[in-house]
Amino acid sequence: MLEYALKGTKKYWGWIFFLSLIIFVGVWFYLKQFSYGLGITGLSRNVTWGFYIAQFTFLVGVAASGVMVVLPYYLHNYKAFGKITILGEFLAIASVIMCMLFVFVDMGQPLRLINVFLYPTPHSLMFWDIMVLSGYLLLNILISHITLEAERKSMPPPKWIRPIIILSIPWAISIHTVTAFLYSGLAARPFWMTAVLAPRFLASAFSSGPALLLIMVFIIRKLTKFDPGDEPIRKMAIIITYAMCANVFFILMEFFTAFYSAIPEHITHFQYLFFGLEGHNTLVPWMWTSALLAIVSLVFLLIPKTRNNNRILFAVCIAIFVSIWIDKGLGMVVTGFIPTPLGDVVDYIPTIPETLISLSIWAIGFFLITVFYKIALSVRRELLT
Amino acid sequence: MYDSGKIILGLIIFVGLFTSPIWYDLASGKAADKPNLVFPTKEDQKECVNTAEYMREFHMDLLNVWRDEVVRKGVRTYTSNTGKHFEMSLTKTCTGCHSNKAEFCDQCHNYLGVTPYCWNCHVEPHSAEIKR
Amino acid sequence: MNENRRKFLKLTGLAALGAATGKFADVFAKEKLTKISSLNITGKKRTTLVGIDSKKRWAMVIDLKKCLVEEGCTKCIDACHKIHNVPDFENPKDEIKWIWKEPYEQAFLDQENYYQKDNLKDKPVPIFCNHCDNPPCVRVCPTEATWKREDGIVMMDWHRCIGCRYCMAACPYGSRSFNWRDPRPFIKDIDPDFPTRTKGVVEKCTFCDERIAKGQLPACVEACSEKAMVFGDLNDPKSNVRELLKENFSIRRKPELGTNPEIYYLV
Repeated sequence: MLEYALKGTKKYWGWIFFLSLIIFVGVWFYLKQFSYGLGITGLSRNVTWGFYIAQFTFLVGVAASGVMVVLPYYLHNYKAFGKITILGEFLAIASVIMCMLFVFVDMGQPLRLINVFLYPTPHSLMFWDIMVLSGYLLLNILISHITLEAERKSMPPPKWIRPIIILSIPWAISIHTVTAFLYSGLAARPFWMTAVLAPRFLASAFSSGPALLLIMVFIIRKLTKFDPGDEPIRKMAIIITYAMCANVFFILMEFFTAFYSAIPEHITHFQYLFFGLEGHNTLVPWMWTSALLAIVSLVFLLIPKTRNNNRILFAVCIAIFVSIWIDKGLGMVVTGFIPTPLGDVVDYIPTIPETLISLSIWAIGFFLITVFYKIALSVRRELLT
Repeated sequence: MYDSGKIILGLIIFVGLFTSPIWYDLASGKAADKPNLVFPTKEDQKECVNTAEYMREFHMDLLNVWRDEVVRKGVRTYTSNTGKHFEMSLTKTCTGCHSNKAEFCDQCHNYLGVTPYCWNCHVEPHSAEIKR
Repeated sequence: MNENRRKFLKLTGLAALGAATGKFADVFAKEKLTKISSLNITGKKRTTLVGIDSKKRWAMVIDLKKCLVEEGCTKCIDACHKIHNVPDFENPKDEIKWIWKEPYEQAFLDQENYYQKDNLKDKPVPIFCNHCDNPPCVRVCPTEATWKREDGIVMMDWHRCIGCRYCMAACPYGSRSFNWRDPRPFIKDIDPDFPTRTKGVVEKCTFCDERIAKGQLPACVEACSEKAMVFGDLNDPKSNVRELLKENFSIRRKPELGTNPEIYYLV
């Protein structure tokens, strides 16, 4: 089916070339990081995880959110999602690959990653995270390949694939749960050590992931003959609304527990995020932007009139995506380290090489999504020629 | 076959480029360079931990075992087939006799194009970095 | 484990030998093989060579009164960092340290007292790896590159570490450092008897396992002229550390986390 990706319009090739250029720049900077070491990033003895691991965490969410189209379509036989389910699965594949790349570039000794498999260590959550992510990737590759192949031949997919699809549903939940456990099981980091972290991760994933999916549906609808109709879009908007409500609710829970209990080591992290500590306030404007976007978009989502307006919905989806990206992709990871276990308030700012390497991995993701969607839409002959 | 001319030409260019290091070495005469090991002189020569035949083939396996025994099990003494005891240490035991890395270790490693990462951490004897 | 290794070595020996001599028919000549691939590490002789005494539980007691006698003293730090080839980057971003001093209030963040005894207020306290009995770093490591030995030492295997830094996130004491870049150019005097580290691995205090193996005391203990640091076996009721703990009031860093740190401070 790959041949479909090799024929395209000038616009298609221009976009592919643009992404390749960004990827190339990132690879060059990665080679620099490979020879110099991770010191090329803004990370330090005190803030040992930063932008890379934060992107990883955010993207695990996007990957898991594929389940929000898979579940209604396959489990509840909700036919309206027929056209966008494959898009959700492809988005999941691209996201998992981005996740793996972000973990890879964060390793101090990337060539020794094989040690994780040579010395399997079940008491480490990192081991389980690598296991469930690889499994999820394989499941989605298999499912999307089999179902699309069947569609190309205008045949129903084989029966044996259904239990595998059903298995992929709890599996999607598991990848983000295990990713939350990476953090929430650490007594050393009170900011992360909260039982609500896994549910919160899932809620933010199930709003930001479908929001990204809707953004892309709107874009391809404009560029191609692809039209899933309004019904799945309305349904997705409702899913995003529920998930976003849950997400905001969970964040407010965190606030209450931290501030009412008034335990210093719980409060200080939130103070650092929203007000700054001892003059260190790098994240403050970002976090307020995130909060504002979350509230405004939630209001627009809750009012049926605005939610049902596609133009407003498009903007709201972007707002939600940005809001949660700031929350998870900037604030969540770094703040676990600030203040340090010894009470020092330190700063972390990603460097230019670090940012470009990250951008390049995002470009790889978009490259894959473009190619995958091109294939899917070509199979259905829904492209403008 | 469509475009067979183009494809064959492309294949020839690819194979040429891919094997270029071999041609380069042949042309520059480097391929004829054989490793030239310098062994400890008679006076310095002590008994090795195993036969030369064994060491030639398995020194890397032996070192890996030594590494795990010392670091992970805390066992530091090795008994050779002749019953002699040795400290399991690359920098003390091995380079105690083979003190010139460039004329011993590097000879074969360079020839075979392997770069063991031992020396990223373990300190090469008589290295310029040791200032004492 | 040892049997497996022996089998593996035999197999590799088999393959290598076969390939090298080309005499495949000869390969199954068992005698020759065992002769060539036998490593006498395993077997009976082994028992006399075991380096880790599982009956022991190493720990340290630090008498802060004695430690504070000499103001600005860095003897323990210097001794440790010198023999372990710890680099000096002179910037906090790349910093690597095995043992260092923090003000009392920060070393013991949970001892929140507005009015502190003058002899402790803002005073530097030596801190390093606590060699916890229940180490969170060991729990999270995905490759067992860090693990707890039977004698309680939390060890590091720098050959195996993949540099994921999960252990650094999990350590509640900030005891671990990462090689953000090649440390060698930043080591003033390389001690050839101890390896340096390579970029991309985590390192920390190992309680001088290499000295304990030889029956010596940790370098910091030996370097302290006030004898403020006392090293010994907690499992022995008559040991120096147990005697000190019996007679003095001691505190530990963040004991409430259940990590069971094995460095005790007398205040």
